[in-house]
Amino acid sequence: PCHLQDPASVMCYLAGVAWFMGLAFEPFTLRTYMSENAMGSTMVEERFPAGERALATGREFAAHKKKVGGMPVDWLVKTMQSRGLEVFTQSFTRKLPFPDENKERYMVRGTNVYGILRAPRAPRTEALVLSAPCSEGNNNNQAVGLLLGLAQYFRSQIHWAKDIIFLVNEHDLIGMQAWLEGYHHTNTTGGDWSPLQGRGGSIQAALSLELSSDVITSLDLVLEGLNGQLPNLDLANLFYAFCQKIGVLCTIQGKLQRNDWDTTSGYSHAAQTMMLMVLKQASGRPWGDHGLFLRYHIEAASIRGINSFRQYKTDTTTIGRLLEGMYRKLNNLLERLHQSYFFYLMPSLSRFVSIGYYMPAFGLLAVILLLRALDLWVQLGASPPGTEDGVPSSPGVLSILTPVVISHMTGVALYTLPILSQEMAVQHFPVSETEAVVLTAIAIYTAGLALPHNTHRLLQGEGTEEGWRVLKLVALLYLAVLLGCTALINFSLGFILALSLVPIAAFITPHTPKALSAAIMVLLSPGCTLLYCVFVFQELQETPVSLQDGWMLFLSVISQGILDHALYGSLVYPLLALLIYPCWLLLWNILFWK
Amino acid sequence: MAAHRCNIFMLVFVLCGLTYVFVRADIEDTNHVKDAESVAVDIARKANIGASLRSTKTEDQTQAAEKERQWEAETNPADAPSDNKADHVHDTMQNLDSRPAPYAKDQTQEAAEEERQWEATEVKEADHVPDTMQTPDVPPPTPAKDQFQEELVIRPLHSGDIYASFQFRTMWDTDFLRGSKVSHYRLFPKSLGQVISKFSVRELHISFTQGYWRTMQWGQPFLPSPPGAELWVWFQDTVTDVDGAWKELTNVLSGIFCASLNFIDSTNTVQPSASFKPLGLGNVTDQRFLRYAVLPREIVCTENLTPWKKLLPCGSKAGLAVLMKSEKLFHSSFHSQALHFRPVCQDWKCKSTVWELRQTLNVVFDLHTSGQGKREWSLFKMFSRTLTEACPLASSSKVYVDVTDNPQGELFELSPTTPLLSQAVVLGDRRTYSVYDLTNQATFGQTRSLNMLLRWRAAESGDMLRPLLHGERYVAGYGLQTGEIHTLMYNNHPYRAFPVLLLDTVPWYLRLYIHTLTVTSKGRDNKPSYIHYQPSKDRLRPHLLEMLVQLPPNSVTEVTMQFERALLKWTEYTPDPNHGFYVGSSVISALVPSVVAMDTNSTRECPLFSSFFPCKEESSYFMRVYTEPLLVNLPTPDFSMPYNVICLTCTVVAVGYGSLYNLLTRTFQVEEPSPGLAKRLANIIRRLRGVPLL
Repeated sequence: PCHLQDPASVMCYLAGVAWFMGLAFEPFTLRTYMSENAMGSTMVEERFPAGERALATGREFAAHKKKVGGMPVDWLVKTMQSRGLEVFTQSFTRKLPFPDENKERYMVRGTNVYGILRAPRAPRTEALVLSAPCSEGNNNNQAVGLLLGLAQYFRSQIHWAKDIIFLVNEHDLIGMQAWLEGYHHTNTTGGDWSPLQGRGGSIQAALSLELSSDVITSLDLVLEGLNGQLPNLDLANLFYAFCQKIGVLCTIQGKLQRNDWDTTSGYSHAAQTMMLMVLKQASGRPWGDHGLFLRYHIEAASIRGINSFRQYKTDTTTIGRLLEGMYRKLNNLLERLHQSYFFYLMPSLSRFVSIGYYMPAFGLLAVILLLRALDLWVQLGASPPGTEDGVPSSPGVLSILTPVVISHMTGVALYTLPILSQEMAVQHFPVSETEAVVLTAIAIYTAGLALPHNTHRLLQGEGTEEGWRVLKLVALLYLAVLLGCTALINFSLGFILALSLVPIAAFITPHTPKALSAAIMVLLSPGCTLLYCVFVFQELQETPVSLQDGWMLFLSVISQGILDHALYGSLVYPLLALLIYPCWLLLWNILFWK
Repeated sequence: MAAHRCNIFMLVFVLCGLTYVFVRADIEDTNHVKDAESVAVDIARKANIGASLRSTKTEDQTQAAEKERQWEAETNPADAPSDNKADHVHDTMQNLDSRPAPYAKDQTQEAAEEERQWEATEVKEADHVPDTMQTPDVPPPTPAKDQFQEELVIRPLHSGDIYASFQFRTMWDTDFLRGSKVSHYRLFPKSLGQVISKFSVRELHISFTQGYWRTMQWGQPFLPSPPGAELWVWFQDTVTDVDGAWKELTNVLSGIFCASLNFIDSTNTVQPSASFKPLGLGNVTDQRFLRYAVLPREIVCTENLTPWKKLLPCGSKAGLAVLMKSEKLFHSSFHSQALHFRPVCQDWKCKSTVWELRQTLNVVFDLHTSGQGKREWSLFKMFSRTLTEACPLASSSKVYVDVTDNPQGELFELSPTTPLLSQAVVLGDRRTYSVYDLTNQATFGQTRSLNMLLRWRAAESGDMLRPLLHGERYVAGYGLQTGEIHTLMYNNHPYRAFPVLLLDTVPWYLRLYIHTLTVTSKGRDNKPSYIHYQPSKDRLRPHLLEMLVQLPPNSVTEVTMQFERALLKWTEYTPDPNHGFYVGSSVISALVPSVVAMDTNSTRECPLFSSFFPCKEESSYFMRVYTEPLLVNLPTPDFSMPYNVICLTCTVVAVGYGSLYNLLTRTFQVEEPSPGLAKRLANIIRRLRGVPLL
């Protein structure tokens, strides 16, 4: 059936892509629904009255923040205490591996302040978290004000069955990481934080609030967390349900939902929303302060207030009522959120695609690799009659092992050298540390292209026809396993990598025209995929960039990826450097097999 | 080697100390109960150790108490029952003397100390007490009989909350042990009496608690208890099948208290070797007769309160118990009801024992949720009732209000005022109380009802003295495979170290890696001088870990232990498996240096000769601290999947197998078409005629 291989592969590929694009088509998706009974039918009446006072508190907070030039710890402690909370602080310091030019920080020193509202007659076993970041400049003052206002209001309520922790974290994710690691007494990334004094038991759910204006036009829900983890879909459902109930415009990926699914523009809107989610999830970085909670099996989301030029405005009281309602419902939970989906994509806030629907798209791509591997296996089984003496097997092992080892060594170099050699690079070249790291990474990445020649120097004798087949078989199976595992954990990343790597893995042989194939391979390499993703992402966000800016963005994305790995333990950078890139190098080796 | 011996000695000493403290705690309690009625002479607190002095002292006390009694009788002629208040003084003395024999012998030296301590905790003179009692009188020893006392202590807390603690004590003078069947009950509840005699219970302590006592905000409770239900029982040494008796007892108690105590089985029962010693008389300390269990998940509500109230002689009809309206008691930050049954001495010679039933109820009302946020408390606001009478069966009925932090009334204003003041050393701290005697009609005033009103003057009530000992516990780590239990014990004493006994009970489904046990204080390894560890058996018994740890002054001691989460069988999961599984509180028992002894630069007026050496008396008191329970998530299968599979297979089986079975077992018959009406009529006629049918 060899002659059917190529058409079958092409068909599978096209079918996979088509299936994926079809996911955004509304008739193929499911409407979201609340699975958790404890949050579904129970009646909650929201009465939060004190939006104006919350804003005043926010202004007071801003004044103190300005005066202190950072987190007004003392003021926060006193304010929280006066609202009847048990207040604790945590200080942390963190030295970044290299300066973060986006946020302009290197040595980070800060304090988290949190107050615990103890639920009456509760044994401190469960807690909910509401957090607001203390950001630089004039950002998020309203969020802190509303947080304090809610704390005061909640304190006089008697409904609470779970402790509620009100957290104001400094230096956004770094503070959050310190707090979470302190709370769970872990240390995954070598941060330095002081131990926490007060706890509220196991945290059931968390919301992070970002609010920078007195009135807003819509609320945006951010779900994507570290390593592409998502909170339980019921949390999104809860948010959507309350937005509907209270009458607040709500968006996901900054996109409103539309009802005209049957028009082209309606479909492309949904597709854009979904693609944005896929790109964000694939990046593996936490897209809000909630992102780090997910590692601890705490369902969390960020709620971001957006103030655009729309007519319809929502005031702080309404947002307070929305949050009150959400916390009341979360408070009703008897179990952790577990009823609904953990793996999903959302083409709009009221529609979702579950794992059972999107996995076939990836499966269709992965099956190409398996078909190819099967084909090679059959070919290898069929060819031995010619060389029955068993001669080719022993050089085979060596000729395969050498490229595999060398590619992985290059991967290790790509993973370790950029940070290790930054000082040296800074001494010898007129670049900053950050640029040094990124450029070193790109240099190593490019240097890997020269490998095939060096690999062959190590090999005795010529590579045989059988040699590259075995190597390709290994590479195909390796890639299939890699992508399969990745897609199970982070579908988006697995799918995007499969989109670019599967064609070259399927069709590359030493016999294809070298120059053309090499050009295609480079264009479809992981690094270039990342570059395209940057442009596509900007395009989807309706902020297109020029080539020059896109390149700068690409460089900063690389540095952010390395930082995410160092600071929060994001796995995308090591995955790409240590596994995917070497795998691509194997294919590159096959192309230049002699 | 020497260190070893030292450790053992240390252990023995502390164990003895703990037991003795239980006895002493009782003394303090009794004193504390009696404070009000005894008029005190200014006692040179540490002078006398000698026996002669002691006896005279005792006499003094007794007389003083008797005076008080008479004074009370004068002021309250309506109070008919002529029970002898001096009894309690006797009691107190007796408890002191009735040290269990085994301890007595190695405590020759301590006997003297105890004596001194007892005196020290004796009542101090209250300035406001009118000197009406002059006539000394020798008290006649009263005949033994049942007795009932009730009291309510109200302590305004620094956080603005208010702590109300009820105590009801019923004395039961009977001897159910000697085989004599008790059938007549006076004040003692029959339902409980029968159970106790049937199962030969020597001591029984049961508590139901909703909420967690916030030591850092509220200080120490009078009687600590863990969230959920706690039950510990000492059986008589005549009981042969302790496990059987325990099982039956828990089931019976579960019926009496409407609680799920029937969930106590071997998987959550332990026999602590040192942490729970008998609180009453008796010399059996063999842990074979002890059973201890905690149900952290138990939820306490009105259904548990009602049977508890029914055990009171007056029910909730009269006396302090009228205040116990559940809609208010459960509108609080903390609710704990308990019942303690134990043998105590009957009189000061301790020739015979009586059984004491102490029912306690502790509530903390929250300032913020009580509305308006006005810092003001009254009986009516707390309980939506006022007091109008004492329980007629009670020999004493009193309300105490803690006014220690408020000597000049600068902090809060208390109305109506009462002339009676009393002082007691409670939990190592000298406290002053205003006393309202409900047996005295004058207390109720003209409105014939007592509604105490506490109105704060200062907006902030100042800083509380940090509690000397408190504990915390949490689960560290993430993921569903392993984890780490951290127990933190804080010693906030500025310069004194003291040993604590830590008791940890962990269910079997957390598999403890005991080799990972570490105890660190101030960054250094802290070697426990005694470790008792009983590994768990799957589905049979929990882990039990007891340790004696020395807490250095002003330090945090951290005990960590890793565990692995077991995968349960699918029937073993609770109906709400994703809620998590509870691990009961760990118990920290300690002899804590008292605050009184900590006070080195005393500004109080006391004789110079009494204040040079750091006083040994009152130097430490017994305290038990419970940490919070833990909620641990275990790896949980997706139960909806098996459910779907079951539904699907059942449908397939029902449809497929059912129709096949139907086909196979059915007998097919060719049905005859039924004959027409005319033919049937013809047949009837033919049958009548005897002609063959058609």
